[in-house]
Amino acid sequence: MAHEHKLEIFRGLLKFKSNTQKIWGVLTFLTLVTIVEVALGILKPASLTHSYFLGMKVLNWIFIILTLVKAYYIAWDFMHLRDEKSSLRRAIVWTPIFLVAYLIFILLFEADYIYNVYKDGFVKWNF
Amino acid sequence: MDSTVTTGTEENVWGGGNQPLGASYGKLMMWFFLVSDALTFSGFLAAYGFSRFKFIETWPIADEVFTHVPFFHGNYPMYYVAFMTFILIMSSVTMVLAVDAGHKLQKTKVIWYMFLTIIGGAIFVGSQAWEWATFIKGDFGALETKGGRVLQFVSADSGERLALRDFAETLQEERVDHEKKNGIWYYQGDALPSYSLNEVVAGVKSDPNVLIRTELVNEDGHKTVLTRDETLKKLNDATLVVEGANLVRNEYGSRLFADFFFFITGFHGFHVFSGVIINVIIFFNVILGTYERRGHYEMVEKVGLYWHFVDLVWVFVFTFFYLV
Repeated sequence: MAHEHKLEIFRGLLKFKSNTQKIWGVLTFLTLVTIVEVALGILKPASLTHSYFLGMKVLNWIFIILTLVKAYYIAWDFMHLRDEKSSLRRAIVWTPIFLVAYLIFILLFEADYIYNVYKDGFVKWNF
Repeated sequence: MDSTVTTGTEENVWGGGNQPLGASYGKLMMWFFLVSDALTFSGFLAAYGFSRFKFIETWPIADEVFTHVPFFHGNYPMYYVAFMTFILIMSSVTMVLAVDAGHKLQKTKVIWYMFLTIIGGAIFVGSQAWEWATFIKGDFGALETKGGRVLQFVSADSGERLALRDFAETLQEERVDHEKKNGIWYYQGDALPSYSLNEVVAGVKSDPNVLIRTELVNEDGHKTVLTRDETLKKLNDATLVVEGANLVRNEYGSRLFADFFFFITGFHGFHVFSGVIINVIIFFNVILGTYERRGHYEMVEKVGLYWHFVDLVWVFVFTFFYLV
Protein backbone atom coordinates (compact mmCIF):
# COMPACT_ATOMS: atom_id res chain seq x y z
CA MET A 1 0.00 0.00 0.00
CA ALA A 2 1.22 3.41 -0.91
CA HIS A 3 1.17 5.39 2.28
CA GLU A 4 3.29 8.23 1.02
CA HIS A 5 1.30 10.61 -1.13
CA LYS A 6 2.70 12.89 -3.75
CA LEU A 7 1.01 16.16 -3.00
CA GLU A 8 1.78 18.15 -6.12
CA ILE A 9 -0.56 18.62 -9.07
CA PHE A 10 -0.12 20.58 -12.32
CA ARG A 11 3.53 19.44 -12.48
CA GLY A 12 4.39 20.93 -9.13
CA LEU A 13 2.65 24.24 -9.75
CA LEU A 14 0.25 23.56 -6.92
CA LYS A 15 1.47 21.83 -3.78
CA PHE A 16 -0.92 20.77 -1.04
CA LYS A 17 -0.14 20.35 2.62
CA SER A 18 -2.06 17.12 3.16
CA ASN A 19 -3.73 14.39 1.13
CA THR A 20 -7.19 15.53 2.27
CA GLN A 21 -6.44 19.02 1.04
CA LYS A 22 -5.29 17.65 -2.29
CA ILE A 23 -8.55 15.70 -2.67
CA TRP A 24 -10.61 18.88 -2.20
CA GLY A 25 -8.32 20.75 -4.56
CA VAL A 26 -8.81 18.13 -7.27
CA LEU A 27 -12.58 18.20 -6.67
CA THR A 28 -12.59 21.97 -7.19
CA PHE A 29 -10.66 21.56 -10.42
CA LEU A 30 -12.95 18.78 -11.72
CA THR A 31 -16.04 20.84 -10.86
CA LEU A 32 -14.63 23.83 -12.72
CA VAL A 33 -13.94 21.72 -15.80
CA THR A 34 -17.49 20.28 -15.67
CA ILE A 35 -18.97 23.78 -15.35
CA VAL A 36 -16.98 24.92 -18.38
CA GLU A 37 -18.20 21.89 -20.34
CA VAL A 38 -21.84 22.45 -19.44
CA ALA A 39 -21.62 26.19 -20.16
CA LEU A 40 -20.09 25.51 -23.59
CA GLY A 41 -22.72 22.82 -24.23
CA ILE A 42 -25.56 25.24 -23.51
CA LEU A 43 -24.12 28.31 -25.22
CA LYS A 44 -22.59 26.50 -28.22
CA PRO A 45 -20.56 29.50 -29.43
CA ALA A 46 -20.90 29.82 -33.21
CA SER A 47 -17.15 30.37 -33.61
CA LEU A 48 -16.51 26.89 -32.19
CA THR A 49 -19.33 25.02 -33.93
CA HIS A 50 -18.51 26.37 -37.38
CA SER A 51 -14.80 25.72 -37.34
CA TYR A 52 -13.47 22.24 -37.98
CA PHE A 53 -10.29 20.40 -37.14
CA LEU A 54 -9.62 16.97 -38.71
CA GLY A 55 -13.26 16.76 -39.80
CA MET A 56 -14.70 17.38 -36.35
CA LYS A 57 -16.08 20.57 -34.82
CA VAL A 58 -13.59 22.44 -32.63
CA LEU A 59 -16.20 22.46 -29.84
CA ASN A 60 -16.29 18.65 -29.85
CA TRP A 61 -12.49 18.55 -29.71
CA ILE A 62 -12.63 20.80 -26.66
CA PHE A 63 -15.15 18.49 -25.00
CA ILE A 64 -13.04 15.41 -25.66
CA ILE A 65 -9.82 17.02 -24.45
CA LEU A 66 -11.52 18.28 -21.27
CA THR A 67 -12.88 14.77 -20.72
CA LEU A 68 -9.39 13.30 -20.97
CA VAL A 69 -8.15 15.95 -18.53
CA LYS A 70 -10.86 14.92 -16.07
CA ALA A 71 -10.08 11.24 -16.59
CA TYR A 72 -6.41 11.94 -15.88
CA TYR A 73 -7.12 13.59 -12.53
CA ILE A 74 -9.64 10.95 -11.47
CA ALA A 75 -7.16 8.16 -12.23
CA TRP A 76 -4.09 9.96 -10.89
CA ASP A 77 -5.47 11.42 -7.68
CA PHE A 78 -8.65 9.53 -6.80
CA MET A 79 -7.35 6.13 -7.86
CA HIS A 80 -3.86 7.10 -6.55
CA LEU A 81 -2.03 6.16 -9.73
CA ARG A 82 0.25 9.09 -8.92
CA ASP A 83 1.50 7.18 -5.88
CA GLU A 84 2.00 3.84 -7.64
CA LYS A 85 5.20 2.58 -9.23
CA SER A 86 5.65 3.84 -12.77
CA SER A 87 5.74 0.27 -14.14
CA LEU A 88 2.25 -0.45 -12.75
CA ARG A 89 0.98 2.91 -13.95
CA ARG A 90 2.27 2.36 -17.49
CA ALA A 91 0.84 -1.17 -17.67
CA ILE A 92 -2.58 0.12 -16.62
CA VAL A 93 -2.67 3.23 -18.75
CA TRP A 94 -0.93 2.43 -22.02
CA THR A 95 -2.55 -0.96 -22.67
CA PRO A 96 -6.11 0.41 -22.99
CA ILE A 97 -4.95 3.62 -24.68
CA PHE A 98 -3.19 1.66 -27.42
CA LEU A 99 -6.08 -0.78 -27.97
CA VAL A 100 -8.80 1.88 -27.81
CA ALA A 101 -6.97 4.25 -30.14
CA TYR A 102 -6.69 1.42 -32.67
CA LEU A 103 -10.37 0.48 -32.29
CA ILE A 104 -11.56 4.08 -32.65
CA PHE A 105 -9.38 4.67 -35.68
CA ILE A 106 -10.59 1.58 -37.49
CA LEU A 107 -14.30 1.91 -36.61
CA LEU A 108 -14.65 5.59 -37.37
CA PHE A 109 -12.95 5.23 -40.73
CA GLU A 110 -15.22 2.36 -41.62
CA ALA A 111 -18.28 4.32 -40.47
CA ASP A 112 -17.31 7.28 -42.60
CA TYR A 113 -16.95 4.96 -45.57
CA ILE A 114 -20.46 3.55 -44.99
CA TYR A 115 -21.78 7.08 -44.65
CA ASN A 116 -20.40 7.85 -48.10
CA VAL A 117 -21.90 4.67 -49.54
CA TYR A 118 -25.30 5.74 -48.19
CA LYS A 119 -24.82 9.24 -49.50
CA ASP A 120 -23.41 8.65 -52.95
CA GLY A 121 -24.09 5.01 -53.62
CA PHE A 122 -27.28 3.50 -54.93
CA VAL A 123 -28.69 2.82 -51.51
CA LYS A 124 -32.07 4.37 -50.73
CA TRP A 125 -32.66 4.64 -47.01
CA ASN A 126 -34.55 7.90 -46.54
CA PHE A 127 -38.05 7.11 -47.78
CA MET B 1 -0.81 -10.18 0.40
CA ASP B 2 -1.30 -11.82 3.74
CA SER B 3 -3.09 -14.82 2.33
CA THR B 4 -0.22 -15.82 0.07
CA VAL B 5 2.06 -18.42 1.55
CA THR B 6 5.64 -18.10 0.44
CA THR B 7 8.44 -20.47 1.26
CA GLY B 8 11.40 -18.75 -0.34
CA THR B 9 12.34 -15.71 1.66
CA GLU B 10 15.52 -14.74 -0.14
CA GLU B 11 15.60 -11.13 -1.18
CA ASN B 12 15.89 -11.64 -4.89
CA VAL B 13 13.51 -11.29 -7.82
CA TRP B 14 12.91 -15.02 -8.39
CA GLY B 15 12.77 -16.01 -4.77
CA GLY B 16 9.08 -15.24 -4.48
CA GLY B 17 7.38 -13.11 -1.89
CA ASN B 18 8.42 -9.82 -3.41
CA GLN B 19 6.18 -7.34 -5.18
CA PRO B 20 7.76 -5.94 -8.32
CA LEU B 21 4.80 -3.58 -8.87
CA GLY B 22 4.58 -2.58 -5.24
CA ALA B 23 0.93 -3.53 -5.06
CA SER B 24 -0.79 -6.38 -3.26
CA TYR B 25 -2.40 -9.32 -5.01
CA GLY B 26 -5.95 -8.05 -4.43
CA LYS B 27 -5.20 -4.58 -5.68
CA LEU B 28 -3.50 -5.89 -8.80
CA MET B 29 -6.46 -8.12 -9.56
CA MET B 30 -8.81 -5.16 -9.13
CA TRP B 31 -6.72 -3.19 -11.61
CA PHE B 32 -6.66 -6.17 -13.95
CA PHE B 33 -10.46 -6.29 -13.84
CA LEU B 34 -10.80 -2.54 -14.29
CA VAL B 35 -8.58 -2.53 -17.37
CA SER B 36 -10.67 -5.27 -18.98
CA ASP B 37 -13.88 -3.50 -17.98
CA ALA B 38 -12.53 -0.27 -19.44
CA LEU B 39 -11.99 -2.12 -22.72
CA THR B 40 -15.60 -3.36 -22.62
CA PHE B 41 -16.92 0.15 -22.17
CA SER B 42 -14.57 1.45 -24.83
CA GLY B 43 -15.95 -1.19 -27.19
CA PHE B 44 -19.49 0.05 -26.52
CA LEU B 45 -18.59 3.70 -26.92
CA ALA B 46 -16.58 3.02 -30.07
CA ALA B 47 -19.58 1.13 -31.50
CA TYR B 48 -21.71 4.16 -30.62
CA GLY B 49 -19.21 6.34 -32.46
CA PHE B 50 -19.38 3.99 -35.43
CA SER B 51 -23.16 4.26 -35.69
CA ARG B 52 -23.02 7.96 -35.16
CA PHE B 53 -20.47 8.56 -37.90
CA LYS B 54 -22.49 6.31 -40.17
CA PHE B 55 -25.57 8.53 -39.66
CA ILE B 56 -23.65 11.72 -38.98
CA GLU B 57 -26.18 13.95 -40.75
CA THR B 58 -29.28 12.54 -39.10
CA TRP B 59 -28.18 11.73 -35.55
CA PRO B 60 -30.48 13.17 -32.83
CA ILE B 61 -29.27 16.31 -31.01
CA ALA B 62 -28.87 15.40 -27.34
CA ASP B 63 -29.87 18.88 -26.16
CA GLU B 64 -33.30 18.35 -27.70
CA VAL B 65 -33.72 14.86 -26.24
CA PHE B 66 -32.74 15.31 -22.60
CA THR B 67 -34.46 18.54 -21.65
CA HIS B 68 -36.21 17.72 -18.40
CA VAL B 69 -35.45 18.36 -14.76
CA PRO B 70 -37.57 16.68 -12.06
CA PHE B 71 -40.16 18.97 -10.43
CA PHE B 72 -39.62 21.68 -13.06
CA HIS B 73 -41.53 22.31 -16.24
CA GLY B 74 -39.89 23.73 -19.29
CA ASN B 75 -36.86 23.24 -21.41
CA TYR B 76 -33.62 22.83 -19.44
CA PRO B 77 -31.11 20.87 -21.48
CA MET B 78 -28.06 19.45 -19.70
CA TYR B 79 -28.67 20.80 -16.19
CA TYR B 80 -29.91 17.54 -14.75
CA VAL B 81 -27.09 15.45 -16.24
CA ALA B 82 -24.61 18.02 -15.00
CA PHE B 83 -26.12 17.59 -11.55
CA MET B 84 -25.82 13.79 -11.83
CA THR B 85 -22.19 14.15 -12.89
CA PHE B 86 -21.48 16.35 -9.91
CA ILE B 87 -23.17 13.88 -7.53
CA LEU B 88 -20.99 11.06 -8.85
CA ILE B 89 -17.78 13.10 -8.61
CA MET B 90 -18.79 14.14 -5.10
CA SER B 91 -19.34 10.53 -4.03
CA SER B 92 -15.94 9.74 -5.54
CA VAL B 93 -14.46 12.40 -3.26
CA THR B 94 -16.10 10.96 -0.14
CA MET B 95 -14.74 7.58 -1.22
CA VAL B 96 -11.15 8.89 -1.43
CA LEU B 97 -11.65 10.53 1.95
CA ALA B 98 -12.77 7.14 3.32
CA VAL B 99 -9.64 5.51 1.89
CA ASP B 100 -7.51 8.28 3.36
CA ALA B 101 -9.15 7.83 6.77
CA GLY B 102 -8.58 4.08 6.41
CA HIS B 103 -4.84 4.62 5.98
CA LYS B 104 -4.89 6.47 9.28
CA LEU B 105 -7.02 3.72 10.87
CA GLN B 106 -9.79 6.16 11.82
CA LYS B 107 -12.78 3.83 11.94
CA THR B 108 -15.58 6.36 12.60
CA LYS B 109 -14.43 8.59 9.78
CA VAL B 110 -14.32 5.66 7.36
CA ILE B 111 -17.88 4.72 8.37
CA TRP B 112 -19.21 8.22 7.76
CA TYR B 113 -17.46 8.71 4.44
CA MET B 114 -18.57 5.27 3.22
CA PHE B 115 -22.12 6.16 4.24
CA LEU B 116 -22.04 9.41 2.24
CA THR B 117 -20.59 7.54 -0.76
CA ILE B 118 -23.47 5.05 -0.66
CA ILE B 119 -26.02 7.88 -0.47
CA GLY B 120 -24.40 9.59 -3.48
CA GLY B 121 -24.50 6.35 -5.45
CA ALA B 122 -28.16 5.82 -4.58
CA ILE B 123 -29.07 9.36 -5.72
CA PHE B 124 -27.24 8.75 -8.98
CA VAL B 125 -29.00 5.43 -9.70
CA GLY B 126 -32.35 7.04 -8.83
CA SER B 127 -31.65 9.93 -11.22
CA GLN B 128 -30.68 7.48 -13.91
CA ALA B 129 -33.99 5.63 -13.45
CA TRP B 130 -35.88 8.91 -13.72
CA GLU B 131 -33.94 9.82 -16.86
CA TRP B 132 -34.85 6.47 -18.40
CA ALA B 133 -38.53 6.83 -17.48
CA THR B 134 -38.69 10.29 -19.08
CA PHE B 135 -36.91 9.05 -22.18
CA ILE B 136 -39.22 6.02 -22.53
CA LYS B 137 -42.37 8.09 -22.00
CA GLY B 138 -41.40 10.61 -24.68
CA ASP B 139 -42.25 14.23 -25.21
CA PHE B 140 -43.89 15.26 -28.44
CA GLY B 141 -44.58 12.10 -30.40
CA ALA B 142 -43.64 11.63 -34.06
CA LEU B 143 -44.43 9.70 -37.21
CA GLU B 144 -42.30 6.95 -38.66
CA THR B 145 -41.91 6.51 -42.40
CA LYS B 146 -41.69 3.36 -44.49
CA GLY B 147 -37.91 3.61 -44.40
CA GLY B 148 -37.88 3.89 -40.61
CA ARG B 149 -37.03 7.59 -40.52
CA VAL B 150 -38.73 9.82 -37.98
CA LEU B 151 -40.84 12.90 -38.80
CA GLN B 152 -41.35 15.44 -36.03
CA PHE B 153 -43.59 18.51 -36.03
CA VAL B 154 -42.95 22.19 -35.50
CA SER B 155 -45.15 25.26 -35.47
CA ALA B 156 -44.75 27.45 -38.57
CA ASP B 157 -44.97 30.79 -36.75
CA SER B 158 -42.98 30.15 -33.58
CA GLY B 159 -40.66 27.38 -34.72
CA GLU B 160 -41.42 25.55 -31.45
CA ARG B 161 -41.88 21.80 -31.40
CA LEU B 162 -45.50 20.61 -31.59
CA ALA B 163 -46.80 17.59 -29.73
CA LEU B 164 -49.28 15.28 -31.44
CA ARG B 165 -51.97 16.33 -28.95
CA ASP B 166 -51.62 19.95 -30.12
CA PHE B 167 -53.01 19.32 -33.57
CA ALA B 168 -54.25 15.73 -34.02
CA GLU B 169 -57.96 15.46 -34.80
CA THR B 170 -60.29 13.06 -33.08
CA LEU B 171 -61.88 10.82 -35.67
CA GLN B 172 -64.76 8.43 -35.17
CA GLU B 173 -63.00 5.22 -36.02
CA GLU B 174 -62.64 1.78 -34.61
CA ARG B 175 -59.31 1.26 -32.87
CA VAL B 176 -59.27 -2.21 -31.41
CA ASP B 177 -56.49 -3.52 -29.24
CA HIS B 178 -55.42 -6.95 -30.38
CA GLU B 179 -55.53 -9.02 -27.21
CA LYS B 180 -54.41 -12.51 -26.33
CA LYS B 181 -57.93 -13.83 -25.95
CA ASN B 182 -58.99 -13.11 -29.54
CA GLY B 183 -55.64 -13.56 -31.27
CA ILE B 184 -54.02 -16.52 -32.88
CA TRP B 185 -52.30 -18.45 -30.13
CA TYR B 186 -50.94 -16.13 -27.51
CA TYR B 187 -49.91 -13.37 -29.86
CA GLN B 188 -50.66 -9.89 -28.57
CA GLY B 189 -50.73 -6.63 -30.55
CA ASP B 190 -48.58 -3.62 -29.70
CA ALA B 191 -50.11 -1.07 -27.36
CA LEU B 192 -51.95 1.60 -29.36
CA PRO B 193 -50.52 5.13 -29.32
CA SER B 194 -52.74 8.01 -28.13
CA TYR B 195 -53.63 8.94 -31.71
CA SER B 196 -54.02 6.85 -34.82
CA LEU B 197 -52.05 7.61 -37.97
CA ASN B 198 -55.23 8.86 -39.67
CA GLU B 199 -55.93 11.27 -36.84
CA VAL B 200 -52.44 12.74 -36.99
CA VAL B 201 -52.49 13.00 -40.79
CA ALA B 202 -55.92 14.67 -40.73
CA GLY B 203 -54.64 17.07 -38.07
CA VAL B 204 -51.64 18.11 -40.17
CA LYS B 205 -53.81 18.57 -43.28
CA SER B 206 -56.36 20.79 -41.54
CA ASP B 207 -53.88 22.98 -39.64
CA PRO B 208 -51.67 25.09 -41.98
CA ASN B 209 -49.45 26.00 -39.03
CA VAL B 210 -48.00 22.48 -38.76
CA LEU B 211 -44.73 21.72 -40.51
CA ILE B 212 -42.67 18.53 -40.59
CA ARG B 213 -39.16 18.52 -39.22
CA THR B 214 -36.91 15.83 -40.65
CA GLU B 215 -33.90 14.15 -39.05
CA LEU B 216 -31.45 15.90 -41.35
CA VAL B 217 -29.15 18.33 -39.54
CA ASN B 218 -28.29 21.47 -41.50
CA GLU B 219 -25.09 23.54 -41.42
CA ASP B 220 -26.19 25.51 -38.37
CA GLY B 221 -26.66 22.33 -36.36
CA HIS B 222 -30.47 22.45 -36.48
CA LYS B 223 -32.88 19.90 -37.89
CA THR B 224 -34.31 20.70 -41.33
CA VAL B 225 -37.89 22.02 -41.39
CA LEU B 226 -39.90 21.30 -44.56
CA THR B 227 -42.17 23.81 -46.28
CA ARG B 228 -45.94 23.34 -46.14
CA ASP B 229 -46.03 21.70 -49.61
CA GLU B 230 -43.18 19.35 -48.79
CA THR B 231 -44.87 18.57 -45.49
CA LEU B 232 -48.07 17.43 -47.18
CA LYS B 233 -46.08 15.37 -49.67
CA LYS B 234 -43.93 13.78 -46.97
CA LEU B 235 -47.06 12.76 -45.03
CA ASN B 236 -47.73 10.04 -47.62
CA ASP B 237 -44.60 8.20 -46.47
CA ALA B 238 -45.76 7.93 -42.86
CA THR B 239 -46.73 4.48 -41.63
CA LEU B 240 -46.74 4.64 -37.84
CA VAL B 241 -47.32 6.90 -34.87
CA VAL B 242 -44.39 6.74 -32.43
CA GLU B 243 -44.54 7.97 -28.87
CA GLY B 244 -41.50 7.74 -26.61
CA ALA B 245 -38.66 5.31 -27.13
CA ASN B 246 -37.93 1.63 -26.79
CA LEU B 247 -35.46 -0.76 -28.39
CA VAL B 248 -37.41 -0.89 -31.66
CA ARG B 249 -38.91 2.57 -32.18
CA ASN B 250 -37.79 5.97 -31.09
CA GLU B 251 -39.55 9.30 -31.51
CA TYR B 252 -36.29 11.25 -31.10
CA GLY B 253 -34.76 10.08 -34.36
CA SER B 254 -32.37 7.29 -35.25
CA ARG B 255 -33.39 4.06 -33.52
CA LEU B 256 -29.78 3.23 -32.79
CA PHE B 257 -29.61 6.29 -30.56
CA ALA B 258 -32.15 4.80 -28.17
CA ASP B 259 -30.56 1.34 -28.40
CA PHE B 260 -27.14 2.68 -27.46
CA PHE B 261 -28.61 4.93 -24.80
CA PHE B 262 -30.33 2.00 -23.09
CA PHE B 263 -27.36 -0.28 -23.55
CA ILE B 264 -24.52 1.98 -22.45
CA THR B 265 -26.21 3.94 -19.68
CA GLY B 266 -27.87 0.70 -18.60
CA PHE B 267 -24.55 -1.11 -18.37
CA HIS B 268 -23.07 1.83 -16.52
CA GLY B 269 -26.10 2.04 -14.21
CA PHE B 270 -25.67 -1.66 -13.49
CA HIS B 271 -22.06 -0.95 -12.52
CA VAL B 272 -23.16 1.84 -10.20
CA PHE B 273 -25.80 -0.40 -8.70
CA SER B 274 -23.37 -3.24 -8.02
CA GLY B 275 -20.89 -0.64 -6.75
CA VAL B 276 -23.46 0.52 -4.21
CA ILE B 277 -24.09 -3.10 -3.12
CA ILE B 278 -20.35 -3.76 -2.70
CA ASN B 279 -19.97 -0.48 -0.83
CA VAL B 280 -22.78 -1.50 1.54
CA ILE B 281 -21.06 -4.83 2.26
CA ILE B 282 -17.75 -3.11 2.98
CA PHE B 283 -19.59 -0.46 5.02
CA PHE B 284 -20.98 -3.15 7.34
CA ASN B 285 -17.60 -4.86 7.53
CA VAL B 286 -16.09 -1.57 8.67
CA ILE B 287 -18.80 -1.16 11.31
CA LEU B 288 -18.24 -4.72 12.53
CA GLY B 289 -14.54 -3.91 12.85
CA THR B 290 -13.31 -6.54 10.41
CA TYR B 291 -10.59 -4.29 9.00
CA GLU B 292 -9.75 -2.88 12.41
CA ARG B 293 -8.85 -6.43 13.48
CA ARG B 294 -7.07 -7.11 10.21
CA GLY B 295 -4.90 -4.08 10.89
CA HIS B 296 -5.39 -2.37 7.53
CA TYR B 297 -8.23 -0.97 5.43
CA GLU B 298 -6.99 -2.14 2.04
CA MET B 299 -10.41 -3.57 1.22
CA VAL B 300 -11.84 -0.04 1.35
CA GLU B 301 -9.13 1.02 -1.08
CA LYS B 302 -10.02 -1.80 -3.48
CA VAL B 303 -13.75 -1.04 -3.61
CA GLY B 304 -12.70 2.60 -3.84
CA LEU B 305 -10.84 1.80 -7.06
CA TYR B 306 -13.99 0.22 -8.48
CA TRP B 307 -16.10 3.18 -7.41
CA HIS B 308 -13.76 5.71 -9.03
CA PHE B 309 -13.74 3.63 -12.17
CA VAL B 310 -17.54 3.93 -12.35
CA ASP B 311 -17.11 7.69 -12.05
CA LEU B 312 -14.41 7.64 -14.72
CA VAL B 313 -16.67 5.80 -17.16
CA TRP B 314 -19.50 8.25 -16.50
CA VAL B 315 -17.20 11.15 -17.44
CA PHE B 316 -16.88 9.56 -20.89
CA VAL B 317 -20.55 8.59 -21.21
CA PHE B 318 -21.48 12.16 -20.26
CA THR B 319 -19.24 13.57 -22.98
CA PHE B 320 -20.26 11.26 -25.77
CA PHE B 321 -23.99 11.10 -25.06
CA TYR B 322 -24.78 14.58 -23.85
CA LEU B 323 -22.07 16.99 -24.94
CA VAL B 324 -20.56 16.02 -28.26
